[in-house]
Amino acid sequence: MYVSHLSLADFRSYETVDLELDRGVTSLVGPNGQGKTNLVEALLYVATLGSHRVPSDAALIRSGADRAVVRARVVRDDRSRLVEIEITNGKANRARINRSPVPRVRDVLGILRTVMFAPEDLALVKGDPDGRRRFLDELAVLVTPRMAGVQGDYDRILRQRSALLKSAGAAMRGSRGAGDLRTLDVWDAKLAETGAQIIAARQALIGALHPHVAGAYEQVSGGQGAARITYKSSLDAAAPVDENPPLAGAPASYSEGAGDATGGLDQLATGRSVMPGVHLLEARLMDAMGRLRTKEIERGVCLVGPHRDDLVLELGDLPAKGYASHGESWSLALALRLASYRLLTEADGPEWVTDWGIDGEPVLVLDDVFAELDSRRRDRLADLVSKAGQVIVTAAVPSDVPEQLEGARIDVMGGQVTRVL
Amino acid sequence: MYEGAVQDLIDELGRLPGVGPKSAQRIAFHLLSADPTDVRRLVDALIEVKARVRFCDICGNVTQEDQCRICRDPRRSATVICVVEEPKDVVAVERTREFRGRYHVLGGAINPIAGVGPDDLRIKELLTRLASGEVTEVILATDPNVEGEATSTYLARMLVPLGLTVSRLASGLPVGGDLEYADEVTLGRAFEGRRRINA
Ligand SMILES: Nc1ncnc2c1ncn2[C@@H]1O[C@H](COP(=O)(O)OP(=O)(O)OP(=O)(O)O)[C@@H](O)[C@H]1O
Ligand SMILES: [Mg+2]
Ligand SMILES: [Zn+2]
Repeated sequence: MYVSHLSLADFRSYETVDLELDRGVTSLVGPNGQGKTNLVEALLYVATLGSHRVPSDAALIRSGADRAVVRARVVRDDRSRLVEIEITNGKANRARINRSPVPRVRDVLGILRTVMFAPEDLALVKGDPDGRRRFLDELAVLVTPRMAGVQGDYDRILRQRSALLKSAGAAMRGSRGAGDLRTLDVWDAKLAETGAQIIAARQALIGALHPHVAGAYEQVSGGQGAARITYKSSLDAAAPVDENPPLAGAPASYSEGAGDATGGLDQLATGRSVMPGVHLLEARLMDAMGRLRTKEIERGVCLVGPHRDDLVLELGDLPAKGYASHGESWSLALALRLASYRLLTEADGPEWVTDWGIDGEPVLVLDDVFAELDSRRRDRLADLVSKAGQVIVTAAVPSDVPEQLEGARIDVMGGQVTRVL
Repeated sequence: MYEGAVQDLIDELGRLPGVGPKSAQRIAFHLLSADPTDVRRLVDALIEVKARVRFCDICGNVTQEDQCRICRDPRRSATVICVVEEPKDVVAVERTREFRGRYHVLGGAINPIAGVGPDDLRIKELLTRLASGEVTEVILATDPNVEGEATSTYLARMLVPLGLTVSRLASGLPVGGDLEYADEVTLGRAFEGRRRINA
């Protein structure tokens, strides 16, 4: 798939801008602060309904404006679809596909798929777990758009349940009655139901991703050591010793020697009722919440669930975080993105053949990454992505774009775009 | 900021749901330049609605009498109750022409963030209605979002042990949406495909 047209109104620094794009490589070149990242951020927004730089939409709206509009034409299997999203501050966003409004903005997910490499990716390795959880969850949505609904519901349930725990705790500490704990069982069940699906999806994803991460790390680093990814769940910490098999460690899809990456993804494509392990996870979540109840009320927070889990990255036998060198961390971050790209390119499970057509290959975006890499890694990365269907590269100076990626060039200067090549 | 009365009007309008500061200003200036008889009609309608409209003693729907039209209609089955969050949901379900029973309006959904618990909803009134034994089936038609689902689950856990047939509207409804925005076809199909919660 590729994006043939991008136009913005009141998005970030742009009052209006129109950009024609084509298959192959396009580089956006211009000095710092001129609006290159703003352009690719808009593409990412169409694919994920979020930004890699800010958690909320407010910063995306041009300062002084009420709302931003992002419009992208996505071509896939010779079918083109126009996606329009209106981002409004403090109100619900709206979206249209081919000019007709859709009931929920979420419905645009799945039309455009992107994989973005950005300087911020280093935080995947060095930063807090929430960045790694977001990495997994965003990928899960690109593979199965349905997961966006589950994740949205889970976040809402989490907030509702936390509010209930807080008020119950306050009521218990105070002289007044026991608070409204009658509905806590209901929220437990809802949290377990959606939380189990998220954990199962992440495990399936890690199973499918692992061989790609290992392969990509070897390529980017030039064969220095083995990268490993595993899931670490708050369920394990909550379980009494020896009662449940640990979730951490290699997920079944490859630890049992199946080694079949698409097997993991097939699991993700199927609904909740058949996703293997979901019912067990649901039961374990319920059990853990039962045991933690007093503690949860005391502290007023939800102590178990996918929001407390992590993706563990290891190089050799050591955790990457806190041990890996700067260069190794960079290679691992790149390997995670490359692995996502390969996974999405290869994914051909039953559901997405019918839903998405065959051309599911994501648009690759490399924002400012080459300037950060030494020349060997820069060359290897350029080789690895040069054959992708559509690649968009940003750089401050033309010489930052490796020669393997020579293609169309657009200069970005003070909110103006000019096609140069 | 505008002077006195104009700003007061803008402030009042701005407190209405879905009306932002800009729209409030637009409406205020529209009213200022509008024909006095048109404005009078609006004022009368507002006063009328507050003076005459109340909530049905039985189901909690809006009505101008003690009881709403649906509760007074002898042709409506008294053995099935459809539980909804708001009066506007009654209208939405009525549009499908699928349902011949009566309603129960909860007046919201369980929402700890907003401080709404079971006691803030008309759940006690529902249990009182069920106590007579005439009702044999309850259809839970709360909004298909997190709060609506939680409310339905809470009610189901309470009602199933009473030996009633309890069902929840089947999916097909957009998850995360408001019942009132579902189109008739979708909502109608959801009604047909409703599934029992107790086996
Ligand atoms: N909401 C907004 N309203 C107006 N201007 C904004 C908004 N958000 C960001 N900007 C401006 O956009 C500019 C940054 O643009 P962008 O991040 O795209 O730069 P860039 O070309 O990628 O630069 P670099 O090479 O340093 O990465 C900044 O000058 C910033 O002030
Ligand atoms: Mg930038
Ligand atoms: Zn009534």
